[in-house]
Parts: sequence; structure tokens; C-alpha cells
Amino acid sequence: MLLLLLGIVVLHVAALVLLFVSTIVSAWVGNPNSSSDLWTNCTTLNGISTCNPADTGVWIQAVQALMILSIIFSFLSLFLFFCQLFTLQKGGRFFLTGAFQIFASLFVMSGAIIYTVMNFEWVHQSEFYGFSYILAWVAFPLAFISGLIYVVLRKRE
Amino acid sequence: MLSVLALTSVVLLSLASQITAIVVYTSWEKHALVGSDVRLSCSFFSWHWTSPDVTFSWQYRPDGAKEGISIFHYGGGVAYVDNKGPFRDRLEFVGNPSRRDGSILIKELDFSDNGTFTCDAKNPPDIVGHSSSVRLLVFEKVPVQAGVVTGAIIGVVLGLLILIVAIYYLMRFLVARRVFSLSMSKHGKKGKGKEGTQQKQALAVADPVKLKAAASEKKKQESRREKK
Repeated sequence: MLLLLLGIVVLHVAALVLLFVSTIVSAWVGNPNSSSDLWTNCTTLNGISTCNPADTGVWIQAVQALMILSIIFSFLSLFLFFCQLFTLQKGGRFFLTGAFQIFASLFVMSGAIIYTVMNFEWVHQSEFYGFSYILAWVAFPLAFISGLIYVVLRKRE
Repeated sequence: MLSVLALTSVVLLSLASQITAIVVYTSWEKHALVGSDVRLSCSFFSWHWTSPDVTFSWQYRPDGAKEGISIFHYGGGVAYVDNKGPFRDRLEFVGNPSRRDGSILIKELDFSDNGTFTCDAKNPPDIVGHSSSVRLLVFEKVPVQAGVVTGAIIGVVLGLLILIVAIYYLMRFLVARRVFSLSMSKHGKKGKGKEGTQQKQALAVADPVKLKAAASEKKKQESRREKK
């Protein structure tokens, strides 16, 4: 029982960490000279790297907002999980925790989809997707599965 | 003792000359649309009264150029605007020198007007000071400010969340209170025997999660009674 609990919490924390890294680290799109992410575009020319704030388009800001919201919801869901662990009736389901986690996964999914679709505007052909972008896509199914587990899980004592 | 006095007075005087330097204020950056007019404001702070010989001068340095050209000068009560350079017929003096305002108005902006405008003001005898620059950026359409949309989306979603939570708790509270008052009115009508379970029923209705638990509990109780 305790092992199951630990496993679930580890899964949740893993999804949360992936979300954090994906949002913060500057590696969504890159080429040998530059890397860019949701917040800045950094280019390295002749050993000097200069960073400019990212284009202030509406869509990139939407992606920023969705990623931050997904982090917030995942955090809230972890907090709710521990709350519900102690206050839920026996046999009850962690609906609220699961709902928040599923919302977080949906936000990551929409953010990644918007970024992929609107990429034609701000990414050249020669650039490749960085690991932060991939982490965002990986975080989505992890968070979704974690949320589903919460919804299905019943409290035993 | 005397040397200390002399030293402090020297220090104070040097500080005073720093204090009495003129400070010129302009905006940091100005964003404008093509074809529109933009007002570049310039003001100054000086410890002296505004002299009748106050002068304002504006310089323009295009993006990428090394040197600037002078485009405006106000001195001796007369304003001299650019009549040969890139701003001829487009520049207008809209300031009020007696109120320390040396602003100029540039009409019909074009992309070639991108650059840095430097304002220099002198208020005799206060002539020592730095000038101040404002950067002009001309856009086809006004760009969305960074972070506005982000903040708006986050704010709306979190606000909705808080609203839903508040409404949920309010509904729970209202229903529980209403049910409680209903059971209190029944308390006077019926005996004590059935009243206990009825009260339990009434309160359980308020919380749908607890309802299932109460129902399962009741079933267990009934099964226990049957066994007995």
C-alpha cells in the first residue's frame, strides 16, 4: 500500500519536474549558433552571446501562459493529494486531485500544440527542436496518466 | 579645527556644484505608428529660477549613423526649427519654455525617422549637465506588449478557479443551513426516536460524497441489526 502511494507520488513529482524544466530551460528550438525558448532568443556569434527578449506575439505569450498554468495546476494537485489523503472517507476517490492533474496535462498539450503549429512564423527550416520542447511533450502523457490514476484510485486504510 | 572647517566647506561646495547641475528629462522610448504624429517631451530640473535666456536644442541621430544633426534650437525667446534637414515642414515647437517644457512635435512619421533624439537644455547660469535621449521606434502596427496576454490568460483561469471553488463552498453552506433549519422545524413535530436518523439523513444530503458513505454505513448498520 505504502509502495503504491510512493510510486504515485514519484510519478506526479516527475511530471512536475519535467514541466518546470521545460518551461525554464532555454532549449525549445535551436541551431548550432542560437537557442530560443519561450522567453528569450539567444545567439552566439564569435564567442559572444547576446540574448533578446522573445517576439511579443500573441501566440508565444499564450504558450507561456499555458505552461505556467500547467505548473500551477500540477502543484495544486500535489497539494490537494496530500490534503485528500488525510481527509477523504474510506473508499472515496481522489477526484479533485485527478481533475487538477488532468487539467495540467491538457494545458501542456495545448501549449505544445500551439507552439508546434505557430512555429512557421518564428522558426527557420535549419533549426531543430530542443530538448525542452520534447520534455513538454513527454510531460503531457505522464501528467495525464497520473491524473487518471488518481481518478481511479480508491482510498484504503 | 580650522583645517577641518575648510575641508568640510570645500566638500560642501563641490557637492553644491554637483547639486546645481542641470538635469534634463525625456522619455526613454517612444513607439508610434507610420503616418502619425509623435510628441517628444523634454523638461529639466534646475535649482535656479528659469532664466529668460533658457535654451533648448534637439539633435537627431538615425539608427546606425555615427553622428547626429541638429534639428531644433530655442534661444533668446525664438524657436528655430529644421528647414533643410529630414524634418523640414514636419517639425513644430509645442513646448513652453517659461514652464521648462521644450517638447517638439514631429508629424507624418516614416520608417526613416527611426533613431535617437537628444534634448539638451541650458538654464543660465546653470549650464553644466548631461543631456537626455529618447529613442523613437516607428511601427506598421502597434505590437502587443510583452507579458500582457500571458498575464491576462493566467489571471482569467485562476480567477475562474477561485470563483468556482467559492461558489461550491457557498452552495454547500447554503444547502446545509437550509436542510438544518428544515430538520429543526421537524424536531418540534415528531418524537425523538426517528428524529436522530432523520437528522443524520438530512445532514448527509448536504454533502454528496458523504451521502454515499452514510448510505453504506446505514446498510452496514441494518445488516448488523438483522444479524442481531
